[in-house]
Amino acid sequence: MFKYVVNRLLIGCLTLFVLATITFFGVKAIPGNPFAQDNKGLSPEAYAALEKKYGLDKPVTEQYVIYLNNALHMDFGESIAKKGVEVIDIIVDRAPVTAKLGIVAFVISIVVGITLGIISALTKRRWVNNIITTFATLGVSIPGFLFAIIAMYFLGVKLKLLPVMELTSWRHYILPALALSLSPISMITRLTRSSLKDVMNKDYITLARSKGTKELKVIVKHGLKNAMLPIVTYCGPMFAGLVTGSVVIEKLFTIPGIGAEFTNSITNRDYTLVMGLTIFFGAIVIVMNLISDIVAAIIDPRIKLGK
Amino acid sequence: MSEKQIVLTDDMFELLDESEKNSEFIAIQSKTFVKDSWDRFRKNKLAMAGLVFLTLMVLGAIVVPMVSPYGYSEQNMALRNALPSLEHPFGTDKLGQDILVRVMYGARISLAIGFATAGINLFIGIIYGGISGYVGGKVDMVMMRIIDIIYAVPSLLYVILILMVFGNTIQSMIIAICVTSWIQMARQVRTQVMSLKEMEFALAAKVLGAGHMRILLKHLVVNALGPIIVCLTMMVPNAIFTESFLSFVGIGLEMTIPSWGRLANECRQLIFTYPIQIIWPVAAICLTILSLNFVGDGLGEALEAKR
Repeated sequence: MFKYVVNRLLIGCLTLFVLATITFFGVKAIPGNPFAQDNKGLSPEAYAALEKKYGLDKPVTEQYVIYLNNALHMDFGESIAKKGVEVIDIIVDRAPVTAKLGIVAFVISIVVGITLGIISALTKRRWVNNIITTFATLGVSIPGFLFAIIAMYFLGVKLKLLPVMELTSWRHYILPALALSLSPISMITRLTRSSLKDVMNKDYITLARSKGTKELKVIVKHGLKNAMLPIVTYCGPMFAGLVTGSVVIEKLFTIPGIGAEFTNSITNRDYTLVMGLTIFFGAIVIVMNLISDIVAAIIDPRIKLGK
Repeated sequence: MSEKQIVLTDDMFELLDESEKNSEFIAIQSKTFVKDSWDRFRKNKLAMAGLVFLTLMVLGAIVVPMVSPYGYSEQNMALRNALPSLEHPFGTDKLGQDILVRVMYGARISLAIGFATAGINLFIGIIYGGISGYVGGKVDMVMMRIIDIIYAVPSLLYVILILMVFGNTIQSMIIAICVTSWIQMARQVRTQVMSLKEMEFALAAKVLGAGHMRILLKHLVVNALGPIIVCLTMMVPNAIFTESFLSFVGIGLEMTIPSWGRLANECRQLIFTYPIQIIWPVAAICLTILSLNFVGDGLGEALEAKR
């Protein structure tokens, strides 16, 4: 177990390193430079001074070594568009907003997804199952951002039930969190359904029932516990989905989170910020994948970690 | 033990009745694999509906911009935000552009991106996955580690980076989506090849002296075509989704290219005043992705029923 975690962490570090390298040289390869846009009448001296300030006068390889070294010390440089603001400060400032929304969406996805999955797997009524399956199919097919627009229009503007901008009260969370969790809910419903159906046909379920165990206990303790595995392994990729989904949802609902910051940094060509945020996103997803794999191994001892 | 001689005389036999003459005749014509799958596919109503919709969409994308009197960027300031009418079946947008032509032109772009990425992924996936699965051992391990590293990072980050480096054109969008999505195909091909290469027919081909390339392409890949095709149909909606997602936030294709995501974004700004405009691009995206998913599911059932 310990060996596996160390091994995975090393691979994670390697991945981050590769990501940082690709991002760095990718950003360097972009034609033009960040100062050309807003400072048209810049004198050569001032230009040289600016380049020196950001270390752009050194050879690219040297810049790369410096950047990596700084990044290791959690120093991602200064934002180019927002003068004098450190990238790390922007991340620290904005990340909690996104994290709160992400956690709400995460909880909604798990609770609703598993509940629907259980109902769909156990119900004897065909129409209930049909409704849930249709919903799950629609959920994976309709992109979250389109769902968000439609929901914004009908629930927010037409019926005036829910606020559609910013995040100030709990009611503000409903629409963006739903839009974010639409596709995870459908995926979890599908996974729970198929996996629980398999498990409920196993002999040990029959045994548990024949011992006189209460049906609820059979479902939760014997059925669900053994059916959880695919859901836990899905949580890693799901987190990646929430992170990338926040990029558009935050822009749509004008939520001042890290996803909105990311899109802005790209449109502003704020290269240091793009780089910092890319590495930050990458790191989060890598860590979440690792955690979901470890949790899967704890739940199911049959998984041999390290092989 | 005496041997009794049996004398066969004519009266021991009787002529077969005319109706029983062909009792061993197989009335059903033997079906080819394609015909067999097609028959199964045809029974799946949802998949057929999806196929019909897709065909219409492709035809519309080809024909409508050709026969329509309006260009996709032809502005008519006298007729802005018009409701649907005979001249403009879908109405016009805020610049007086015909929405039908723009949606159909967007279909060209989105479908082209979807199918092109799927095609490129097929090519790369078969080569990479094929070699990895066929050679096995250390080569396989290294190739899979590389995939793990690429896969660990959310694909959106690569896509955005590549778009920034190579410009916001359709070509770079295709490359960008391919960079991450070929992995799925490679994994699928690898698992198939790994199980198929242990089968007798592969050994037989080897004994007959077939070269590695021939065994891989003519025997292994051909037998794995079912899952490969299913994987391929699932890639198209993903590519369409990614493109519309990015163009919607404004970091995808150039402003002048009327892709579906771009259209949805333009119409979103008028959602409070002219909500009808948003319906067209949203419906186009959702229905196309939904149809592709149905077709993919249908193909999955039709092609893999034998396994």
